[in-house]
Amino acid sequence: MTKQVVQLSRVVIRFAGDSGDGMQLTGDRFTSETAGLGNDLSTLPDFPAEIRAPAGTVPGVSAFQLAFADHDITTPGDAPNVLVAMNPAALKANLKDLPRGSDLIVNTDEFTKRNLEKVGYASNPLEDGTLEAYSVHAIALTSQTVEALKEFSITKKEAERAKNMYALGMLSWLYSRGADGTRAFLKKKFASKPEILAANLAAFEAGWSFGETTESFSVQYEVAKAGDLPGGRYRNVMGNPALAWGLIAASQQSGLPLFLGSYPITPASDILHELSKHKNFGVMTVQAEDEIAGIGAALGAAYGGALAVTTTSGPGVALKSEAIGLAVSLELPLIVVDVQRGGPSTGLPTKTEQSDLLQAMFGRNGESPVPIVAPQSPSDCFAIALEAARIAVEYRTPVFLLSDGYIANGSEPWLVPSVADLPTIDPNFATEPNHVSEDGTAAFWPYLRDPETLARPWAVPGTKGLEHRIGGIEKADGTGNISYDPENHDRMVHLRQAKVDGIAATIPDLVVDDPSGAAEILVLGWGSTYGPIGAACEITRRGGLNVAQAHLRHLNPFPRNLGDVLRSYRKVLVPEMNLGQLGMLLRAKYLVDIQGINQVRGMPFKSSELVDAIAAAAETM
Amino acid sequence: MTDTFPALSLVPKSEVAQSAKDFKSDQEVRWCPGCGDYSILSNVQGFLPELGLARENIVFISGIGCSSRFPYYMNTFGMHSIHGRAPAIATGLAVSRPDLSIWVITGDGDALSIGGNHLIHALRRNVNLKILLFNNRIYGLTKGQYSPTSEQGKITKSTPEGSLDYAFNPVSVALGAEATFVARTMDSDRKHMTEILRAAAAHEGAALVEIYQNCNIFNDGAWEPLKDADTRDDLMMRLEHGEPIRFGADLSKGVVRLSDGHLAVVDVAEAGESEILRHDAHAEDPGLAFALSRLANPVSLVNTPIGVFRDVQRPSYDRLVREQIDQIIDRRGPGDLQALINGSDTWVVS
Ligand code: SF4
Repeated sequence: MTKQVVQLSRVVIRFAGDSGDGMQLTGDRFTSETAGLGNDLSTLPDFPAEIRAPAGTVPGVSAFQLAFADHDITTPGDAPNVLVAMNPAALKANLKDLPRGSDLIVNTDEFTKRNLEKVGYASNPLEDGTLEAYSVHAIALTSQTVEALKEFSITKKEAERAKNMYALGMLSWLYSRGADGTRAFLKKKFASKPEILAANLAAFEAGWSFGETTESFSVQYEVAKAGDLPGGRYRNVMGNPALAWGLIAASQQSGLPLFLGSYPITPASDILHELSKHKNFGVMTVQAEDEIAGIGAALGAAYGGALAVTTTSGPGVALKSEAIGLAVSLELPLIVVDVQRGGPSTGLPTKTEQSDLLQAMFGRNGESPVPIVAPQSPSDCFAIALEAARIAVEYRTPVFLLSDGYIANGSEPWLVPSVADLPTIDPNFATEPNHVSEDGTAAFWPYLRDPETLARPWAVPGTKGLEHRIGGIEKADGTGNISYDPENHDRMVHLRQAKVDGIAATIPDLVVDDPSGAAEILVLGWGSTYGPIGAACEITRRGGLNVAQAHLRHLNPFPRNLGDVLRSYRKVLVPEMNLGQLGMLLRAKYLVDIQGINQVRGMPFKSSELVDAIAAAAETM
Repeated sequence: MTDTFPALSLVPKSEVAQSAKDFKSDQEVRWCPGCGDYSILSNVQGFLPELGLARENIVFISGIGCSSRFPYYMNTFGMHSIHGRAPAIATGLAVSRPDLSIWVITGDGDALSIGGNHLIHALRRNVNLKILLFNNRIYGLTKGQYSPTSEQGKITKSTPEGSLDYAFNPVSVALGAEATFVARTMDSDRKHMTEILRAAAAHEGAALVEIYQNCNIFNDGAWEPLKDADTRDDLMMRLEHGEPIRFGADLSKGVVRLSDGHLAVVDVAEAGESEILRHDAHAEDPGLAFALSRLANPVSLVNTPIGVFRDVQRPSYDRLVREQIDQIIDRRGPGDLQALINGSDTWVVS
């Protein structure tokens, strides 16, 4: 039976099920096939902190949202057009986000009395009219999967587990996705279990043919290739792996061996995992006994001349603060990656937030300036890692790289750069004495600075004639010897600050996107809000209101033109997933009346929320 | 030199003969006059020429405390870091730089209180570090509070009615962490300390050397019974690998293993010479070394062993890290960055 094919411009699908239902895998596979078709896309996984929360409960629901389109998109979409709910808990947790009229695919097998009671449904929503407003496709996914696999010598449980592949097959047909990648993926994953492999392949095919033949789906959809993307070779990429590859690239481009000292923490651990896979790049990874040892080992490696990195999330940064202060005092290159999550304390380990900006900025004793950079999207993690390394190495300083849970686990297509085009980083190791003592002998002064950058020489152990001692006690300007002299301390505090401030000279000016050139409102963001802000600005402009957008990738120091940019708009809006941390810094530094748009719900902004906020701000002008 | 110190075979040698003077930095030493740290410093400076290593390939890393000022006085590379973290910092350096001889200088508070976690993990991993733990049983730099090795009941500024904490025995802690080299020596005994430093330097992997050190300002005489010519022989047993463990005037006392497995100190004449335990520092099982470490009375210092408790072979962590990388490169070839970022699933937009 050939069905009518309908062309769509943009689709947002949300897969939702129990933690054990394999929704993240299903979403990942669908994403890969979608990427392969050349659609632009953006993803948002949302999973519980517990590895296996009690089955069938709302806290145990794991979801994966994917937006794909025939044009450039920047967000995973505010609301799905299609919700796949594998059980009543998934329906309960996600129905409120589904606009009326949307498609809803439910696995009827799971809508048992017991499961309904578990999530507080007094009656079956499939039967009581609750879902009247939706286009419901009630499908017995589990039993149809089991039926399709009855010839296989696998247990019933194993057959049931393949229902996510059945669902994937069905959706793949519905949206005209490819199947080759999924077949290859399954072959690799179950290489050692041929029977399970065959069953999963069969479940996928069965789901596909069911889609083709069932009357439940009257049409098939297609989404054309995104046409407005720049030409070149693309791949799909998530933030954490992109960040890991950026670090490897920085190691190659600087000629410094990469050293990671880390302690497992959500949502940063995947960077440790990824780097641990690539030891053939000479990458050294030490999973330390705690967060402090992770950064300690990294600092030791930095002292020895490595490109040193520690990766963590907010609670880990709190533990590392003292060592970051030591790195500030020692003036050694060190990259501190903070994949932010909801706080305070343990907070929301698997949910996103941007609330560590002030911790990165000020969370140490003493005057302890640390440069800060932040990626604006998953693929930008690659470039920002190189930038963090550049600043760290050339200025001999620890650098904060503030990613977040949304960027870390979200994905988007990436125009893969050519390695030949990547910037190089010059470690410029000290090899010679740099001072002549009064008695005429050559000496090495570890704190004699480069007059332009104010960076001190990096003299690694093993360099003959440059033996010296450094430490956390205040050092005399130049010699680096212990000094308690008040004048010297005052000078050193100012020098360290001036060095970090001076990095601004190497940072590109902030670029403002204002197609009209007449906007009076600027929406300024940092980090993962880039996508939602961009989408909101576009919608606002289409509605006839001029609005300008700018995004900061450097948070300390700021680009040199930032003050001028801020002062050239009547209103500056700063959306942040915190209570106004960037806003506070901007107000303090530029005396501009920043208006914050703030939320901390563990999820990225919806562009519609920002559209409303921009409109509201425009009304008050 | 390479024969005597195989563990240092990757560290470049000095082209010229060295003397203690070569290891003295131009910084004025600022410990209190009479502090035991002076003799340790001079012993280390006197011993290092024996290794014949290029000075620039030697690194001293310390934490915080009186002892941790040590690196400033050594004309080598050095880092005075933060409280308790020296073993962690040194681990990163050791993993990434096999061509260095790395020494960690720490104290009882630094290593066993704030840095206890890092110490045990550096030891169990067997990182190629020589850790010199100056034990004076007191906090000196903060002016006299009890430390984790202070005897219970100690009167200090923070414990005017006596401390309630049960004391750590650093050697027992290290053996519990399965350190591959554990020894104890004394600040004032140059000859013995030099022997211990030599053995530690020859060891591949982590070496923990506890040095009984006198803080003459806040805990003067803490180890005096072990130094006083009238009492020391009666209290202290010197462990020598392969030798019967005997001590006391005329070596009248010895260590035996009782039928229940415990160790005891007995009169050699009564027990019979053949019953006296021979010290086996190379025993794989750390049990006997641990039992020896428990013989001493922490207050009276009766039956205190010094010397090498344990010295066994286990590949060092840093070597394993490097070997694993080399094997992976052999197997998979050196990494290709462009191939890595391209991945296997790409598409072209024209
Ligand atoms: S306080 Fe004690 S340990 Fe510290 S320098 Fe003085 S005597 Fe030595």
